[in-house]
Amino acid sequence: MSVRVYVPGDSAACSVGADEVAAMIAESAAAGGTTVEVIRNGSRGMLWLEPFVEVQTAAGRVGYGPVAPGDVASLIDAGLFEGRDHILGHGLVEEIGWLNRQHRVSFARVGLADPLDLDEYRKMGGLAGLRRALDIPVEEVVGDILASGLRGRGGAGFPAGIKWRTVLEAPCREGSDGVKYVCCNADEGDSGTFADRMLMEGDPFTLLEGMAIAGVTVGASLGLIYVRSEYPAAIRTLRTAVDIARVDGWLGADVLGSHRPFDVRVVEGAGSYVCGEETAMLESLEGKRGMVRPKPPIPALQGLFGKPTLVHNVLTLSAVPAILADGAVAYQSLGVDRSRGTQVFQLAGNIARGGIVELAFGVSLRELVEDFGGGTRSGRPVRAVQVGGPLGAYLPDSALDVSMDYEALVAADSMLGHGGVVVFDDTVDMAAQARFAMEFCAVESCGKCTPCRIGSTRGVEVIDKITAGIDPERNLELLEELCETMTDGSLCAMGGLTPLPVRSAVAHFGEDFHRSANGGQRQ
Amino acid sequence: MTRQAPGTRAPADVLAAVPVEERLILPCLQRIQNSFGYVTDDSVDAVAEFLNVSRAEVIGVLTYYHDLRRTPPPPVVVAVCVAEACQAQGSRSLIHDIEVDFRITLGDQSASAPIEFAKTYCLGNCALGPAVMVNGRLVGRCDIGRVRAAVAAAQEGIR
Repeated sequence: MSVRVYVPGDSAACSVGADEVAAMIAESAAAGGTTVEVIRNGSRGMLWLEPFVEVQTAAGRVGYGPVAPGDVASLIDAGLFEGRDHILGHGLVEEIGWLNRQHRVSFARVGLADPLDLDEYRKMGGLAGLRRALDIPVEEVVGDILASGLRGRGGAGFPAGIKWRTVLEAPCREGSDGVKYVCCNADEGDSGTFADRMLMEGDPFTLLEGMAIAGVTVGASLGLIYVRSEYPAAIRTLRTAVDIARVDGWLGADVLGSHRPFDVRVVEGAGSYVCGEETAMLESLEGKRGMVRPKPPIPALQGLFGKPTLVHNVLTLSAVPAILADGAVAYQSLGVDRSRGTQVFQLAGNIARGGIVELAFGVSLRELVEDFGGGTRSGRPVRAVQVGGPLGAYLPDSALDVSMDYEALVAADSMLGHGGVVVFDDTVDMAAQARFAMEFCAVESCGKCTPCRIGSTRGVEVIDKITAGIDPERNLELLEELCETMTDGSLCAMGGLTPLPVRSAVAHFGEDFHRSANGGQRQ
Repeated sequence: MTRQAPGTRAPADVLAAVPVEERLILPCLQRIQNSFGYVTDDSVDAVAEFLNVSRAEVIGVLTYYHDLRRTPPPPVVVAVCVAEACQAQGSRSLIHDIEVDFRITLGDQSASAPIEFAKTYCLGNCALGPAVMVNGRLVGRCDIGRVRAAVAAAQEGIR
């Protein structure tokens, strides 16, 4: 009887030594005469505990972390393989409050098994959603997605079911051959977000199943996943998963014997933040510069190569199998108001307990930052929290009681974005953060529209003048006018939302913009 | 003149092996770069001819994407995340330490340096920052010591 030991193969875990830990456990076990099966699972999402080692015992899986390579010998001496106590021990994983207070739907399987073990995937309920989607009329599948209340998790929050219906009913234009596409946007460029990556690395079959359901429903025979080049491990895992699914017969010419075709191709990006915007992504998938397209026409009618295209974020598609398998009602019953189901929040930056927190919409930002996150890692007071990526607002401590749902965040002059939460302590210079927002926009702007292309560079210059103490009041007015122009006049969210972090920094942390007048000190 | 290691193929040979569905400008350039380490000048002509598009279109795509480069990469590339989540975890002081320690400047792409120090915007390791990628290997919770070790390992790997 061999002992099962789990050491995550996730990139984040490997960035802090999981590969070395896994190798050392295997070596030490062999030297000590214990038969050990080391399984490289996905990450549980408790990233501050990575590398998080788990051992299968009769009572359940027992966890240890963070395990440095140097800790392996002492862990084994203490009885790691029997799940005995150790200073790094956390007891039974299923009893860890941080995990069992969550409501995992999209991330339900991440971290439990080898991500490429299809038998395990089936045992954990995999493919039930796809089977059901193939058994019922396509209109009913679309009805389920509509009834579930699922909205786009990439940031825009558009009702998914309406997109599905639009693509399903899209008239094939004259001369076209009835071709439609499903495109998965995995260009997760927002700083502070990593849920797409962890899902692709930790449970790729869920994403592929979601895409297959979408494809057979709307009548697309090909799906493309556009993955950013910064995620090489995700690309490798997805490509292997596609091969496995083809061999198993649920991707390819005849999905699960339904006589309906659906195949998936994984496409690597080439370093461009704006390619996370859906139309720029389509241009890039066509091999061109990733420039934003004006809308209309909407991609649902004229998308990739001019064909009707269903474009969704990784997390949107990954919610689909559970909606089909467990019913729209189960998903719709979670959440608040018009934000239904769960959101995968990502706690990042200067935070004591960073990682993946999947919960129904409506949790407060304070619960995420303080209860789950445990405040700052540096131990200093929280000064600012940026929600929703580099285009999201900076919120002060006094605003942390906001409910985390699409509408409440917009009402607080913020946005949910892709669910990233980045915490800063009181050493942060908010004028520098505002400048960075403009600088980032200048670097990554596709250049198609003037407010974004020129405005971002002017924004950097104006903020530099303000912080240098050159006519700060007039230049702050100018900055506000510039923000207004960018917000109202940009073609896409890149230029349109860059003012959000800038304006919020000025509104909530105005003292940081007046330092030069005070000898470099905040007022 | 392009730098071509003995035994490597000509751009046209690389392109001839591109599957039909990838016969588009960006994937062709990515394959060229994977083969030669960068996009050589004669590859631009080869891609234009292969796809029956103008050189201008090829150069337009080539200059748009951060990943594509027109000069040979140095043996070691250290890419540091400069985005918000890593800023919150001290990337600004790490960048300063790396510049001092390795006597290199962030963003400097002069071909003679043995190490290139590049900016990147998010490596998806935002809870374990500052994050750095050294020759494709992701390193989390970075300080100057961990960067030194990763660079040494990369140099060892090349030898």
